[in-house]
Amino acid sequence: MNNANLQLTDEGKLKHFLSIEGLNHAILTDILDTAESFTSVTDRSIKKVPILRGKTVANLFFEASTRTRSTFELAAQRLSADILNLNINTSATVKGESLLDTLHNLEAMQIDMFVIRHQDSGSAHFFAQHVHPGVSVLNAGDGQHAHPTQAMLDMFTIRRYKQQFENLSVAIVGDIKHSRVARSQIHALNILNTGEVRIVAPPTLLPKQADTLGVQVFHDMNQGLRDVDVIIMLRLQKERMTGALLPSEKEYFRQFGLSSERLQFAKHDAIVMHPGPANRGIEIESSVMDGNQSVILQQVTFGIAVRMAVMSMIVSSGKENP
Amino acid sequence: MKTIIQRGHLIDPSTQLDKSADIYIDNQLIVGIDDAPIDFVPDQIIDARDKHVIPGLVDVQCRVRQPGSSQKANTASETNAAAHGGITSICLPPDVTPVTDNAAVVELIHHNNQKAGNRCHLYTIGALSKGLEGEQLSNMGTLKRTGCVALSNALKPFGNNLIQRRAMEYAAGQEMLVVIQPYDQALHADGCAHEGSLATRLGLPPIPEAAETAALAKDIELVAQTSARTHFGQLSCARSVDMIRQAKKDRLPVTADVAIHHLFLTDRDIDGFDTNKLTFPPLRSEADRDALREGLKDGTIDCICSDHQPHDIDAKLQPFPSAEPGISGLDTLLPLIFRLVDDGILELHQAIAASTSNPAKIFKLPAGQLATGELADLVIVDRQAHYSCEPELFYSAGKNTAFKGWDFSTKVVKTLVAGKQIQ
Repeated sequence: MNNANLQLTDEGKLKHFLSIEGLNHAILTDILDTAESFTSVTDRSIKKVPILRGKTVANLFFEASTRTRSTFELAAQRLSADILNLNINTSATVKGESLLDTLHNLEAMQIDMFVIRHQDSGSAHFFAQHVHPGVSVLNAGDGQHAHPTQAMLDMFTIRRYKQQFENLSVAIVGDIKHSRVARSQIHALNILNTGEVRIVAPPTLLPKQADTLGVQVFHDMNQGLRDVDVIIMLRLQKERMTGALLPSEKEYFRQFGLSSERLQFAKHDAIVMHPGPANRGIEIESSVMDGNQSVILQQVTFGIAVRMAVMSMIVSSGKENP
Repeated sequence: MKTIIQRGHLIDPSTQLDKSADIYIDNQLIVGIDDAPIDFVPDQIIDARDKHVIPGLVDVQCRVRQPGSSQKANTASETNAAAHGGITSICLPPDVTPVTDNAAVVELIHHNNQKAGNRCHLYTIGALSKGLEGEQLSNMGTLKRTGCVALSNALKPFGNNLIQRRAMEYAAGQEMLVVIQPYDQALHADGCAHEGSLATRLGLPPIPEAAETAALAKDIELVAQTSARTHFGQLSCARSVDMIRQAKKDRLPVTADVAIHHLFLTDRDIDGFDTNKLTFPPLRSEADRDALREGLKDGTIDCICSDHQPHDIDAKLQPFPSAEPGISGLDTLLPLIFRLVDDGILELHQAIAASTSNPAKIFKLPAGQLATGELADLVIVDRQAHYSCEPELFYSAGKNTAFKGWDFSTKVVKTLVAGKQIQ
């Protein structure tokens, strides 16, 4: 079963949200437009709409998360859903319960929508294959595979600041190899017909045949940033030093850190993004992170509207297909 | 018990047998082909008109999960599956629990087979090191005396290259075949898919080619140093085929096999996170698959095995990286071998030799031949069958096939193991 079949209804509407791959331009644009309409809700003094009233959303996180989990929680609350937060790494699976048993036990509590983060690539698909009909799965990050809502909030941010994608050059910098965010961003940027997508990293942080993802590969940061409109910095996990993927944090910053001098290689109005949490002084200099080209905090705000959009689209597809 | 199998089309590449003829069987042995022995009065006659009769298949890498993992399968279920699948001899690797590193375990395995009714010949591959821990040599002489046909450290690494060298040297002194599945644990790391564009797209931790080839290069060097007769199992990479080809050119005592699924599937097949296609070594690129086929054709690769790994349902009911690798292969080995012929990949005699006489020769098993005086291990197959692969109908306890829904042309009609019909 391919990705597209699993997450779409027969009418081509969102049933689950598992990966960007397999979705088309129209659906991604629909998500962005719907999110746009929700930004006004978030700006109101009473920040609620009744779209998910009576529905229960379970945040099922097998991996630690702060902002993704809390923005999903806020998004669900603002759509008037009941919300259940479960951090599984400290719960049942440690006691030996199988993943499917955990899922079916929660289903027995009449959960309508699962927001799932799990360390295995493909786990969101796995859950979507095994939930009861009518129950939806939102992927909040599966291994190194996909993090589609993050990618969509990044697309939302880019569209807000640059209005279109066709004439843009976008550079994604850092640990592409281990990054589900980068994979989802690359798919989204390509589906939205972005002019040029670049990835910038040392070979040890790139997956093999990375160019097959539809990107230009750069090992030199200055060349990679030249004349780009958007810079997306990725978080560097500290574990990468011990795995002999990199010599040291210092060396990494010198070669691939975004400093204010390096920023000059990009267009003067380039925006700087980061999915967070950022390591100041390792992948990004504080002055850039807090500088006027940075839209990092706006990303977080937009994250709520984008997650509201995806949740509401899934619920409305369910209504037509009981 | 005297049996005649009448008018079947007999094929045995090892004796250039390829004609319609009768086979005369007395008890366990073939006592005549074409010509009836004097005063032969049959107790039963089997009509094999329009059918092919070939030697029973010899599978050199097959796990029955007993002792140790009988929740997945057991000797009775898997030897029955083998026999119904036309496989009359199987070799079991030593990585069972407890490990096959002493006479008691070897005897236990044979006892289990006897209890299950000796539905197929079962051979054990003993451990090269105690407990497969890669530190201390196993009692190889004892293992040989109790009937082990080869020695291997399965997928467990040696403490260092010196220990591996000594183990191979000692095995060579015992005139025992060494079996190696080349594998570098560090390069393999936490990988679960071939390092290529598909793993890149799906974000699956990759297994580089070098996880196999770097180990194989070292292993071949140790063969050159020790002259240990060595069989390399379940190769997956094009470069591995090149290395074996060169080693044979250099007249090193090496042979090799490939698992049947590596001749059909590639990493493209795991798209959609299909855990039934999670294997070890991983399904690799199309170029690798084609090189493995080419290696079989030109004789670089000597034989084809099932690499049978039956699993319980839960083992595969996991997200891809957490699922257990392996395919249940006994029920599909024979139809897939004939599909290699149907698809024009191998000549009929090559396909049969690679799954009968070649492995029998390498492992020195009394099997793989249709000839007077040999054990009557044979399969009657129908080459005009048309059916699709349904795991629910498998004899094996493991329904974890990668070939569900595939069309097959060849079906086992009857298997005889040492002259006895398997019901």
